[in-house]
Amino acid sequence: MRTNLVSEASTLSRRDLLKAGAAGVLLVSFRLPVAHAADESFAPNGFIRVGNDDVVTLIMPQVEMGQGIYTSVGMILADELDADFNKVVLEHAPPDEKLYANPVFHIQATGGSTSVRAFWMPLRKAGATARAMLISAAAQQWNVEPSSCRASNSEVIHDGSGRKLGFGALATQAATQTPPTDPPLKPLKDFTLIGKPIKRKDTPEKTNGTAQYGIDVMPAGVQFATIAECPVFGGKVGRVDDTKAKAIKGVRQVVVLDDLVAVVGDSTWTAMQGLAALDITWDEGANVAIGSAEVWDALRNASKGEGVVAKEEGDVKGAFAAGERYEAVYELPFLAHAAMEPLNCTLHVTNDACELWTGSQVIARVQSEVAKALGLPTEKVTAHNFLIGGGFGRRLEPDMAVKAARIAQHVEGPVKVVWRREEDMQHDVYRPVYHDALAASVKDGKITGWTQQITGSSIISRWLPPAFQKGIDIDAVDGATDNPYGIPNVRVVYIRAEPPAVPTGFWRGVGANNNFFASESFIDELAHRAGEDPVAYRVKRLDATPRLKAAVQLAASKSGWGGALPARRARGISAQTAFGSFISTVCEAEVDEKGEVRVHRLVSAVDTGIAVNPDTIIAQLEGGLIFGLSAALFNEITIAKGRVEQSNFHDYRMLRINEAPKIEVHLISSTEFPGGIGETGTTASPPALTNALFAATGVRLRRLPIDREALAGRKPA
Amino acid sequence: MITLTINGQPRDVDTSPDTPLLWALRDLLGLTGTKFGCGIAQCGACTVHVDGEAVRSCQLPIGSVGGRAITTIEGIGATDAGSKVQKAWLDLEVIQCGYCQSGQIMSAAALLAHTSNPSDDDIDAAMAGNICRCGTYVRIRAAIKKAAAA
Repeated sequence: MRTNLVSEASTLSRRDLLKAGAAGVLLVSFRLPVAHAADESFAPNGFIRVGNDDVVTLIMPQVEMGQGIYTSVGMILADELDADFNKVVLEHAPPDEKLYANPVFHIQATGGSTSVRAFWMPLRKAGATARAMLISAAAQQWNVEPSSCRASNSEVIHDGSGRKLGFGALATQAATQTPPTDPPLKPLKDFTLIGKPIKRKDTPEKTNGTAQYGIDVMPAGVQFATIAECPVFGGKVGRVDDTKAKAIKGVRQVVVLDDLVAVVGDSTWTAMQGLAALDITWDEGANVAIGSAEVWDALRNASKGEGVVAKEEGDVKGAFAAGERYEAVYELPFLAHAAMEPLNCTLHVTNDACELWTGSQVIARVQSEVAKALGLPTEKVTAHNFLIGGGFGRRLEPDMAVKAARIAQHVEGPVKVVWRREEDMQHDVYRPVYHDALAASVKDGKITGWTQQITGSSIISRWLPPAFQKGIDIDAVDGATDNPYGIPNVRVVYIRAEPPAVPTGFWRGVGANNNFFASESFIDELAHRAGEDPVAYRVKRLDATPRLKAAVQLAASKSGWGGALPARRARGISAQTAFGSFISTVCEAEVDEKGEVRVHRLVSAVDTGIAVNPDTIIAQLEGGLIFGLSAALFNEITIAKGRVEQSNFHDYRMLRINEAPKIEVHLISSTEFPGGIGETGTTASPPALTNALFAATGVRLRRLPIDREALAGRKPA
Repeated sequence: MITLTINGQPRDVDTSPDTPLLWALRDLLGLTGTKFGCGIAQCGACTVHVDGEAVRSCQLPIGSVGGRAITTIEGIGATDAGSKVQKAWLDLEVIQCGYCQSGQIMSAAALLAHTSNPSDDDIDAAMAGNICRCGTYVRIRAAIKKAAAA
């Protein structure tokens, strides 16, 4: 399994691939359904190669960052092709924004829980095409009807005569067959891999230290660097005295740019020692006046302004005039990504070219942005992508590669720039602060009207400008615009408010995190105000969303909903249609007199359509639930004097094994189109937690992270 | 020149004795399986064994190691506990991104070498120093129990 390095794939151009096809292997190119308005010509953006050695190679635009995508996507291909899964090899695709575009974003990006959804049909069609061509080649050799042959386990078989030929032996002749225009896809019942728990291809090398992440790259002659930017966002370098740093043995160079400083040494340690020995005076700039109070004031003030209507259904005004009005405001803090692999990028910059090594969710954007920073044509930057030690949205940005490139430009030979954890945490792009104002009108026990007003940063407007239309950030309103509870009159309003000083970016669960925390808390409040059971209250409103209804019922039943629990211990539930999946989660939590919280158990039921690799789906949900829980329990990035106050895991706490709950994930069998799963757990656990805390204490927390003072009754929520 | 015994082999390192073992392993000896996570012994990604004890290598100056035996993730499969842990990790498909897992496996192998049948409390005590951002804790616990039973 080639997951570690990409040298072959990265140097393999499309022309090489076609050449390989001409040289006698079957090459099937396929096109992911990306809209190219100006160009209707066939533009393949995926490649499958069947070699004479029986090996089936998929050039894989998506990057492996723990979500198991190499295995899941490989399974889709192998199943439809009837290939032996052990002979399927995946290679990271080289950067190419068009060739390897993600159909959802129209650029080469791995994010938004889109990979399986995006590849499901294109890969099945490509696999079926290759299978038909291999069968056709065999039938030709045997002089029999193709319909009398079948493929199985990387062989074509003629049952009538018992003859068999391997894919490798057929590849050359298969390449000469005319590809069928509409090859039949397997019926679901014939799948041999899809739906079965298949072992991941990337994990064996992750148990013995041989897996290579970007941070592990060691080009010959590499030097090591570490970076410091002005702690105040937007600040510049004033003056640097490097006398003491340069006196340290092994420190080789100090690079001073207008906005950052780097020290180069013969190890990362000497670079860090050198950096610590620098006497730097920063020109902190105007943002030094910004603190968390200013951030929240600005957000709350913005929430009083006019927004853009992202959804309007029915007669909202009429509903609110006739019903009883309830309202509540929910807020979420800045969050850092804190991926375990600190930011890093290794580069070798010469006069007219650059070679770089990193793990990125957007390798093509890394290539083009680095080229821009270095004043080179894009094709002069060779970018190698690697396994990612935690993405969570942080590596959907190219900023770290650009900064490293600007440093490497001043260094002779290759240099690996590694961020210290403190630098990584204090120069993140942060999950935005959000302010959500919800209101509902209730008449005769029915929710007749619902409004959700979302105030927060627009990441899409910066990250994918063409998708930012009419002032609506499709991510910021994700999950709010498809309320599942059958409410007839709904309005969703988005108010764009960029926080002062602090850069914002995608964080696992993206906008849906915010919207579901607000809406699933609010529906819970409405249930309790009506004196009804939160599960029953949801179930009777979910007739129009039967897949979610089934998930709620299953989660409730598996969790023992309604069963007796000790004092101060209770269950809470959340229900969501998120990323094309339907999930309900019950959290069982306990609060002690001091307000300390122990989460004992999380039970999720999920309908994610056809479950390609069920064990990976369960793992993603387990991990996603923990990711959301960790943030809800502990995390907030705060700002003082224009800088982030947290710096490392001692003051930005992560959930640990001794604090982790038992988790049960129940998959609901389904033949529907596959849904996304990488972020679905993350959005599910926070409202389930706060709903449980309300049930345990009567204290409604409308802000994360949870407030232990409020839970203990020492202050109002 | 400092001579270290790593995975049973003598290895010479020509650097300052206050260099943490983590950086000597990674940058000077090319043993990159041991990971940098925090630099302050808060995350456990850099865990190695020194004479069989789990140690955060980001806090261990190479000058203080002396002749003690260092085992890294690259060598742990040669120990009984290490190979059982690696197998259980794969059997239960513990790993997601994998970046913290070198450290998790090293902590788990040290636990099992000392405590053949660890309780949940033993697991908590031995493993609480290892952060996993992918949230694989449920499977780590199950895999330790499986390895103990193997």
